[in-house]
Amino acid sequence: MSSPKLLEVRNLRVEFPTRRGTLVAVDDVSLDISAGEVLGVVGESGAGKSMTGAAIIGLLEPPGRIAAGEIRLEGRRIDNLPYHEMRKIRGRQIGAIFQDPLTSLNPLYRVGDQLVETIQTHLPLNQAQARARAVKLLEDVGIPSASERINAYPHQFSGGMRQRVVIALALAAEPKLIIADEPTTALDVSIQAQIIQLLKRLCREHGTAVMLVTHDMGVIAETADRVAVMYAGRIAEIGPVQDVIKRPHHPYTVGLMGAIPAMGHKVERLTQIDGSMPRLNAIPKGCAFNPRCPKAFDKCFRDRPEPMPAGTSQAACWLVQEPAHV
Amino acid sequence: MMLPTARVIEFWRNASDSDIFWSFKRSKLVMLSALIVVVFFIGAFGAPWLAPHNPFDLASLELSDAFKPPFWVEGGEAKYILGTDDQGRDLLSTIMYGSRISLVVGFMSVVFAMTLGIGLGLVAGYLGGAADSLIMRIADVQLSFPAILIALLVDGVTRGILGEARHSDFAEAVLVVAIGLSYWVQYARTVRGSVLVEKNKEYVQAARVIGLSGPLIAIRHVLPNVLGPVLVIATINLALAIITEATLSFLGVGLPPTEPSLGTLIRIGNDFLFSGEWWITIFPGIVLAALVLSVNLLGDWLRDALNPKLR
Amino acid sequence: MSEQKNMPEQKNISGQKKTPMLVAKDLRKMFDVSAPWLNRLLEGKGKSLVRAVDGVSFSINPGETFSLVGESGCGKSTVARLIVGLYEPNDGSINFEGVEFATAADRARHPEIQGRMQMIFQDPYASLNPRWRVGDIIAEPIRFRGLLSGKAAIDKRVGELLSQVGLSPVDARKYPHEFSGGQRQRISIARALAGEPEFLVCDEPTSALDVSVQAQILNLMKDLQRKLGLTYLFISHNLAVVYHVSDKVGVMYLGRLVEWADTQTLFTRPLHPYTRMLLDAIPDLDMTGRARTPVAGEVPSPLNPPPGCSFHPRCPLANERCKREVPKSLTVEGGAVACHAVEEGRLPPWKAQAAA
Repeated sequence: MSSPKLLEVRNLRVEFPTRRGTLVAVDDVSLDISAGEVLGVVGESGAGKSMTGAAIIGLLEPPGRIAAGEIRLEGRRIDNLPYHEMRKIRGRQIGAIFQDPLTSLNPLYRVGDQLVETIQTHLPLNQAQARARAVKLLEDVGIPSASERINAYPHQFSGGMRQRVVIALALAAEPKLIIADEPTTALDVSIQAQIIQLLKRLCREHGTAVMLVTHDMGVIAETADRVAVMYAGRIAEIGPVQDVIKRPHHPYTVGLMGAIPAMGHKVERLTQIDGSMPRLNAIPKGCAFNPRCPKAFDKCFRDRPEPMPAGTSQAACWLVQEPAHV
Repeated sequence: MMLPTARVIEFWRNASDSDIFWSFKRSKLVMLSALIVVVFFIGAFGAPWLAPHNPFDLASLELSDAFKPPFWVEGGEAKYILGTDDQGRDLLSTIMYGSRISLVVGFMSVVFAMTLGIGLGLVAGYLGGAADSLIMRIADVQLSFPAILIALLVDGVTRGILGEARHSDFAEAVLVVAIGLSYWVQYARTVRGSVLVEKNKEYVQAARVIGLSGPLIAIRHVLPNVLGPVLVIATINLALAIITEATLSFLGVGLPPTEPSLGTLIRIGNDFLFSGEWWITIFPGIVLAALVLSVNLLGDWLRDALNPKLR
Repeated sequence: MSEQKNMPEQKNISGQKKTPMLVAKDLRKMFDVSAPWLNRLLEGKGKSLVRAVDGVSFSINPGETFSLVGESGCGKSTVARLIVGLYEPNDGSINFEGVEFATAADRARHPEIQGRMQMIFQDPYASLNPRWRVGDIIAEPIRFRGLLSGKAAIDKRVGELLSQVGLSPVDARKYPHEFSGGQRQRISIARALAGEPEFLVCDEPTSALDVSVQAQILNLMKDLQRKLGLTYLFISHNLAVVYHVSDKVGVMYLGRLVEWADTQTLFTRPLHPYTRMLLDAIPDLDMTGRARTPVAGEVPSPLNPPPGCSFHPRCPLANERCKREVPKSLTVEGGAVACHAVEEGRLPPWKAQAAA
């Protein structure tokens, strides 16, 4: 079956076997990313957003494993590929940017050598061509005097510059998709803005799709085309970013938006969602959000809601079907 | 208020549910080591009741019983299961009594080294500056000598001060100090390293904002949080201390032959190894090896079990 | 080098003059980050000092929340630690209700005043001793300061404190690792309140928390302020949070206070180009897809700060004078600002103003 979607994730389930039983970190998650699209994945720590990204790129930390579901890149299943096959896809077709640029760069190698190595692994270029491409990439990500800085070591760059290098590295082989896991969280506000601008511009120019994993709704609002809100390993709501932010359907999304201190109009108290997200070993029956939900009714405690159409979005909430309870 | 019994039950429930207990149950080797160590403890500390003979009771010794082989070898007697030594002492009993001395000296020297090392490490790490430099440079200098050399030096010095006769009265205490002084550095370094990490954590700053004084913070807040790694070192060091004691006794500067430890026994047996009386040195040797190996395995397991990264 | 001298007698928002609870004047703190002595000798290098806080003055009125905001390395956390006495300033004065309080010796003379201030820390995982039960953690200030005696009385008070921060009295028997980040931060707040302080220094109390939990903690802090009449010094890098909680805001850059004003003024009429840049960098939920105007350049190393106004390499308005001369603090309506462009009247209008 051919599909216009670049990435299709169907009913993904990620499990962590522990001695106290199996923890389900990602539970029945389905999402698509079209070519050139930016999908934001937002949620609180432990919501399973990073785990979803890691599963797609085949970098789940053992003992974590994909227990069910399918991941397809351009129609080809990639979740069950052997390690060496997946390694070819990683970098070539799916690039990765992580939160801490220091862990993505080898401190013992010059930045240029790391770029050249990545380029030559995936593209049929000779040393000189690869080097020229590396300089071009560094210029693209806005590193001043790139042809000199290419010989520097990672520690000689500042945090923001390092994250630019990581972006260059992720783009090195012209992947079709980049998984960016909290790419701006470790950076200062003013640098964050620069990196987000850069990411947006590059993806537009290269036609790269991005899965942007972050806890920061502001970053999503500025960058993403669509957004998936995750809660306790499940997708609570997914839809176009404007709609999810302005007209959220899931009570969790509503609460999340209200909890963000808004600029411009001062409120005495923020909307607060009481309690905290359940631990993975104690996810309640029915809807995982039911203990904190102000509008939960009997069905929410009994049956688990699947994402269902709600306006232009999809929300996993029984209120969508039974508006009488709203 | 909770009743004491309720507390005990709660403690056991927590302990049997803990990660350490779980990793203990998972490894057969560790359980075997623990079993060996427990048997040793019972054998060593129960020696006065369990041992068939009292080797320290010089009156009961018969020189005619000397050099009896183990009972399964020709000429052996069932009375002396593992045979006898050159004085006619029952080897099994002597080993049991000797293990007790080895264990006591090992334990005491570990406690001594640990107290000294933790104290100095805490002071060095928490105060920093000149105190830190002084303590750690002494540690560096000492590390450049082999531990056994330090122990020999301490032993020699005390021998000179106390004189030969009084020295054997204090032989055990001298050994404890000698071994303890040669192993404190590792504790001090580990504790100092952990203190440097812990003292910048916010709970220590919180205690300072409350107004607690430096020594109080170091003891009440920092100390409990740096003991984990120390416990691991202590276990592994117990094996080292037992070996050092055996080495010193083997070299003849440890415990006198009248109260033989495992090391003394091996030395005595060594003289007769090539004249055919192999059992005098082999059995204490096997016992020493098994004990040290088991303690080491336990220490290794403890280190892994307490290391959150390996869980 | 003595800018920002004219601040302590500012009016608060309601316009009445109040006696400030805390006055910090010209605070300076340098850290020695030199290599060890032997290395310096061999490599022929001198000592290197970082000016973490370089002449910061502000005042806080009772019952008010004063926030310090800035990027990492701007010295805001160092100011917090200078106030509570975790560091001793190299220079400057801290005056708490008329009592001079800057040095360790001053603090030793007035232990009762140290007891009236407490601190809440950033990292809820590091700020509670993992080996202590929650009850003992909260009781420590009570026991240390002898506020109550007898186990029953202390247990009762700990229970009250736990209820006050939204936890249950039975939680006193648990250990910190049994709680989530937000709950730990509540325990931290309960410990701070146990010493019955009037003044709380909050160092990024919510930046390690998720948004929904952050909202809980911010609401709790506001409730407690109203109920107990607390005064806060609030440190944060998050302007939205600062806007929400503060009465007055100071903006720090490379160890200096570049602008301060009451919250409404600062956010509607920012003067300093750095403040404007920060405001511009806030992701805006209402304007999806809006292009921000990111400011070029990064924060310079505090080891080697630029001469003159330390913001000049990134400032669109910088001229020769900015590169040479450190700007003095100018009193303006509702606050003060240290910028040559403001003084010389060549500051363009702020866009929100222009739009309005």
